[in-house]
Amino acid sequence: MISIEHINKWYGDFQVLTDCTADISKGEVVVVCGPSGSGKSTLIKCVNALEPFQEGRIIVDGISVGDPQTDLPLLRSRIGMVFQNFELFPHLSITENLMLAQQRVLGRSADEARDTGLKLLDRVGLKAQAAKFPGQLSGGQQQRVAIARALAMNPIAMLFDEPTSALDPEMVNEVLDVMTELAQEGMTMMCVTHEMGFARRVANRVIFMDKGHIEEDCSAVEFFGSPRGERAQHFLSKILHN
Amino acid sequence: MNYHWDWGVFFKPTGIGSEIYLDWFMTGLGWTIALALTSWIIALFIGTIIGVARTLPNKIIANLAAGYVALFRNVPLLIQLFIWYFMVPDYLPESLELWFKQDINPATSAFISTVICLGLFTAARVAEQIRTGIEALPQGQINAGLALGLRLPQLYKDVLLPQAFRIIIPPITSEFLNVFKNSSVASLIGLMELLAQTKQTAEFTANLFEAFTLATLIYFVLNMSLMLLMRKLEKRVQVPGLIALGGK
Repeated sequence: MISIEHINKWYGDFQVLTDCTADISKGEVVVVCGPSGSGKSTLIKCVNALEPFQEGRIIVDGISVGDPQTDLPLLRSRIGMVFQNFELFPHLSITENLMLAQQRVLGRSADEARDTGLKLLDRVGLKAQAAKFPGQLSGGQQQRVAIARALAMNPIAMLFDEPTSALDPEMVNEVLDVMTELAQEGMTMMCVTHEMGFARRVANRVIFMDKGHIEEDCSAVEFFGSPRGERAQHFLSKILHN
Repeated sequence: MNYHWDWGVFFKPTGIGSEIYLDWFMTGLGWTIALALTSWIIALFIGTIIGVARTLPNKIIANLAAGYVALFRNVPLLIQLFIWYFMVPDYLPESLELWFKQDINPATSAFISTVICLGLFTAARVAEQIRTGIEALPQGQINAGLALGLRLPQLYKDVLLPQAFRIIIPPITSEFLNVFKNSSVASLIGLMELLAQTKQTAEFTANLFEAFTLATLIYFVLNMSLMLLMRKLEKRVQVPGLIALGGK
């Protein structure tokens, strides 16, 4: 489904990604972790071309992301993305947030977009908030709306970029629950996260990155059982101690 | 000081038709409002386009827009007006030049020149406000819009501009008021707007202080009401649950 092949990326002289290669098959849940500054957010943003890369190839559902001929908006509309800071549109109500791209990008009618949006809002347990504005919701609620907004586009895969990092601790689980449910339904997911509990329970594979390299790419069982590399061991010992 | 104030002067006949001096002020006010509103519409329209252009990823377009802003902001308004009124018509195609200089009446040609001048001048200032408004938005908003598959024009129309406009209502209000004040430059090319009528009244009656006091009052009340109107607008478009946009 998503195939990342030998990606190299520089910011000026500084190389942020070095020869990154990974494959995510249909229905697979892959967690990407690593210390901050390791390039994991950059890598996930390369998948839907929010970040350009200089070398290598990324193929999503048979389409090359870096190809100048590719209709990027069309490709992006088929990949859902959830951000660290939710990024709901603050000037639109929750319902309007859910409807906007359905109408503009997929050409759905207002009625159809509203129906789809409200159904998904119900699914993330927030139907009662439909008429409110993002600023009136808690972080956890906003993030669930953001997930519903992405799902409203019927994505073939979902990208999560540290979806719980900006949340108060008591709100982390409500978001993880939604993500877990989504994974169990067979959604293809690539998640940058520090939530090792989620990775252990839900992920099929864990990719560990450090300094722009993919250091480990193995099954979750293997990763938590006995990570091969020293850096991954060090990282795990630090984060699991807390 | 030994000045004899005579507020009754405004109700005295001007000697032209059955007009009193107050009528001159009202005609002048009419021109001032017409000038300012027309210029403002041009400024908002062109300013938004230029402001958006300055934030586009295409460097050529962004630089052209920056050039526009630099040109119109760095030349005194009065010089710009003289260029538009005295110079530009000479370089028009002959039929247009004749129309401008002979067919339409002098007030209309002065009006056209002022409105173009003031509109384009103010557009440069509006553009800067729009640009700051857009740049104040978090990059995440752009990413979120793009990730949903929005194309650039949709991203601007549905996501960025509605937020940017809300942020810049206070600074744009002062540009709006400036247009009313700046419209007085038209008096220098013979358009009988409020300032010109004031000067004329002062010359006809020798009641200079009264005339300028009344003009001051009119400008003040006009701008005060516009300011209050803009505050109302700001309240109306306020987003619930959000004190300041773009802070996040």
